[in-house]
Amino acid sequence: MLKKILAISVAAMGLTATTSAIADNHACTNDTWKKVMERGKMVVGVKADYKPWGFRNSDGAIVGMEPDMAQAAADAMGVKLEMVAVQSSNRMQFLEQGKIDMMIATMSDRPDRRKIVGITQPNYYTSGTNIMAPKALGFKAWEDLKGKPVCGKQGAFYNKVVTERYGVKVVAFTGNAEAKQALRDKKCVAWVYDDSSIGSDLASGNFDQFEMPLNSEDDNPWGLAVPLKEKDCIFGHFMSGLTFNMHQSGKLIELEKKWGIKPTAYLVKQKAQSKDWLEGK
Amino acid sequence: MLEAFAEFFRQVAEEYPRWNFIFFHDERQFWRVVSGFQYTVVLSIACVFFSVIIGVVGAWMQGSPLKWARRLVQGYIQFFRNTPPFVQLLFFYFALGQFTPTITGPDGWTEVPLISNVGWAIISLSFFAGAFNVEIFRAGIEAVPESTTEAATSLGFSRLQTYKEVVLPLSFRVCLPALNNNLVNLVKTTTQAVGIAVPELLYECLGIWNDYPSALYPTMVFLFVSFILLVGILVFGMHRWEKAMKIPGYGG
Repeated sequence: MLKKILAISVAAMGLTATTSAIADNHACTNDTWKKVMERGKMVVGVKADYKPWGFRNSDGAIVGMEPDMAQAAADAMGVKLEMVAVQSSNRMQFLEQGKIDMMIATMSDRPDRRKIVGITQPNYYTSGTNIMAPKALGFKAWEDLKGKPVCGKQGAFYNKVVTERYGVKVVAFTGNAEAKQALRDKKCVAWVYDDSSIGSDLASGNFDQFEMPLNSEDDNPWGLAVPLKEKDCIFGHFMSGLTFNMHQSGKLIELEKKWGIKPTAYLVKQKAQSKDWLEGK
Repeated sequence: MLEAFAEFFRQVAEEYPRWNFIFFHDERQFWRVVSGFQYTVVLSIACVFFSVIIGVVGAWMQGSPLKWARRLVQGYIQFFRNTPPFVQLLFFYFALGQFTPTITGPDGWTEVPLISNVGWAIISLSFFAGAFNVEIFRAGIEAVPESTTEAATSLGFSRLQTYKEVVLPLSFRVCLPALNNNLVNLVKTTTQAVGIAVPELLYECLGIWNDYPSALYPTMVFLFVSFILLVGILVFGMHRWEKAMKIPGYGG
């Protein structure tokens, strides 16, 4: 009996899911693409608290490496760009609901995320997981963190990974600023985050007593995303092409340099892989 | 039975990819939800308890013949009622937290504060709701006819005795509906403790739907159901209390 009631209620709830699944099988309608073109404006979700990928400058405008990429896309489409600040915990929902047309928001490309948003290939960046910890504690290995409180950020996929793999007690805050403040206040022994972001924090000179002592783990490429329905339509193909060209022309390496990001081998490798065969001939 | 239950939700997740009730078929997520629920219950009970005490004491101090006592209560109410609870939480935890004594941990670096984030959440939310409770109790006290307190005084009751034995019991009956409202609000406001990383129900749910995007809708539904249940229990208890305390012919 219980099973029956549950089955009925779940079937009712699943109804919406089914109708959208049917729509997915249809040919491309390019709704978002058309909407952007008609409106003459593209709304892109970016980070506003993730220096130097997306942050607010002293005028309050959102700038950084990802806003520059968004600008390049808007320029190529011949539309204006509007940027919306998103959080790790709401970025996919914003895209799904159409609040934003595209998302470039430091998102790791994960299999379960691909089921929800249209992450295009090639990936534009990559980062691993590491910690920022006080030099005084002298951590040598991930195992040293077992059972200890480590500050984290809500929405990061590796919170779960380090919890399950090393028994770390992740205390997740809603924003980076709160988490780093908690680390400074000595409320946790480390701050677990992307190695590239920690690298730029350490380089900023504001964290002199801290270090990034471990080997990065779970190197994971980042993906930008268009609405899932349009991944294999104009919008998705366009973004794939744009990203490929940015790899080939070295634009991404240029942006990395411009924003003072620690150079990654990934971008160099991608550039070599997508090299034009006629180059230098 | 339990295995069948889990199996059923595993099938649902397979058939409807957006309806992955992960906490019903994955043990780790199940315990996360349970622990979050426990924290929410503890937070709610502690905050309801302390905020009512603050309300009773504050309302008594408001009627004090001492000017500074009245001013102190007034200042407290103005501050806590007129600022957002979320900002209070952050301020208590990050700003005041720096001045509270800490114990240096075994590693020689970490400083474990005497008041944890859970402690700060209880303090901050109790003070927040307490400010409203003072005003609610004041309304009840003012509803007690002056002749009643005069009669008590003439019988030789002291001010505290009059308050404890006569005014409070009568005013309690008058202000219960308003108190009920505020406490319901308080239980829901405990979710704001997520801002200082208190692992209550919303914190764990956020974690789950971040780790498993497919569990977004079910987790939200679960949050709603949990709070309807929690607040329902509170309201049911308050109504029973209201009925039990009813004096025929008094306070409607």
